[in-house]
Amino acid sequence: MKKLLVLISLCMFFVAAGSAMAKDWKKVRIGVEGAYPPFSYVEPSGELAGFDIDIAKALGKAMGTEITLVAQDWDGIIPALLAKKYDAIIASMSITEERKKKVAFTNKYYNTPAKFVCKKGAIDSFSREAIKGKSVGVQRATIHDKYLTDNYGKDVKVKRYGTQDEAYLDIVAGRIDMLLADSIALSDGFLKKDEGKDYQFIGPDLSDPKWFGNGAGIAIRKEDKDLAALFNKAIDTIRADGTYKAIQDKYFDFNVYGD
Amino acid sequence: MDFSIIAENFDIYIDGLKNTLFLVSISLAAGLIMAIPLAVLRTSAGKVVQAPIRAFVYFFRGTPLLVQMFLVYYGFGQFDVFKESIFWPFFKEAYFCALFTFSLNTCAYTTEIIRGAIETTPHGEIEAARAAGMSTFLMLRRIVLPSAFRRALPAYSNEIIFMLHGSALASVITIIDITGAARIVSSRYYSPYEAFLTAAAFYMVITFTIVFLIKRLEVHWYKHLQPPGST
Repeated sequence: MKKLLVLISLCMFFVAAGSAMAKDWKKVRIGVEGAYPPFSYVEPSGELAGFDIDIAKALGKAMGTEITLVAQDWDGIIPALLAKKYDAIIASMSITEERKKKVAFTNKYYNTPAKFVCKKGAIDSFSREAIKGKSVGVQRATIHDKYLTDNYGKDVKVKRYGTQDEAYLDIVAGRIDMLLADSIALSDGFLKKDEGKDYQFIGPDLSDPKWFGNGAGIAIRKEDKDLAALFNKAIDTIRADGTYKAIQDKYFDFNVYGD
Repeated sequence: MDFSIIAENFDIYIDGLKNTLFLVSISLAAGLIMAIPLAVLRTSAGKVVQAPIRAFVYFFRGTPLLVQMFLVYYGFGQFDVFKESIFWPFFKEAYFCALFTFSLNTCAYTTEIIRGAIETTPHGEIEAARAAGMSTFLMLRRIVLPSAFRRALPAYSNEIIFMLHGSALASVITIIDITGAARIVSSRYYSPYEAFLTAAAFYMVITFTIVFLIKRLEVHWYKHLQPPGST
């Protein structure tokens, strides 16, 4: 095992040394997932589409680089990056400490907050007092479960579900008063659907990094610092020139970048 | 392995234990009370009365407890007519849904257990009762049922334990029973092993307690079957 580790690290060293030699990044291959709507999905025509895909194309344009999209299953998406199947991952990957051990991240390119949902008109204005005693549904073992338990565990009744769908069923059945989940999941999975028409977001956007991480970033190999810098500059560019907002408005009716 | 998280969260398990014992004991009591008349009717009444009992038993023994619970908890809530009825305040509560499902489920099994025991009553006992001039009701109360309960006890003790273990499903509909407590601790600390091992220990202690109590009851009920002088 030890020998194998030495061998692997040696290989990685040589690979790293090799790639460190001047690369001009005229062509960048980008790994995407293609199975996470509305961020990344495959059109009936076979074309990749979605928020991530459009962002990838816009970033390529801003960098003056020719980009190639490579679809890759989620569980192999980091190993394939390390194996140089592509040079960057744009796949709604949250910037977490575990992943930082394997790959480097650019700055975030979006960060969707968590939000509460309640029945329209049930709560006038959000406050700890206003939600005292309410039952709130969350998906078990998610960042939302942890946030709610840590911050409101004594004020509200926390109802934990195996899936988000079960929580939707129970709020419609009137068994729980509120939901807490990712705002996009709530918006696309519930509020925009027929069952969710009597419900609304309430309260502030929740995005405390202690519970919710730092948003989604672009993953690159640790040695490609120059590529990270290029991407960061490109993110700033499309944020500034309105390209980002145009893409955002195509998919969402609220600010997905965060503060 | 870090069992300090269990010690820190022991009160969650104690709450879970209370909920489990509450659910199981009320369900078993309700199920047994309903099962006795049903079993008597199943063995004595005409076909018209028997048919719905048969159908009820067939349904609850023929489907998994989890499916029954989803039907009651999520299924009933789908109909607006039901949600506006006087029953909804009860079915709105997860506890009531669990009690309702568990009671009917254990009732179906218990009905079958008692029916089997009644049907195997020795002819001699019935003939003796009739010869002594007992009415049907008196015979049922003094002879048939006590005799049947003795024969049903081993099978019924299994049913009690199955009900205890089946009650773990209550955690699926947001009730924090012993299993629910384990799921909370497991997900909060990412340590399923410690969390569920503790739950298993709780269930084992309850099971052994039940087995012990049944054993005591057996000694008491089967006294007449012991060889003279052995107890």
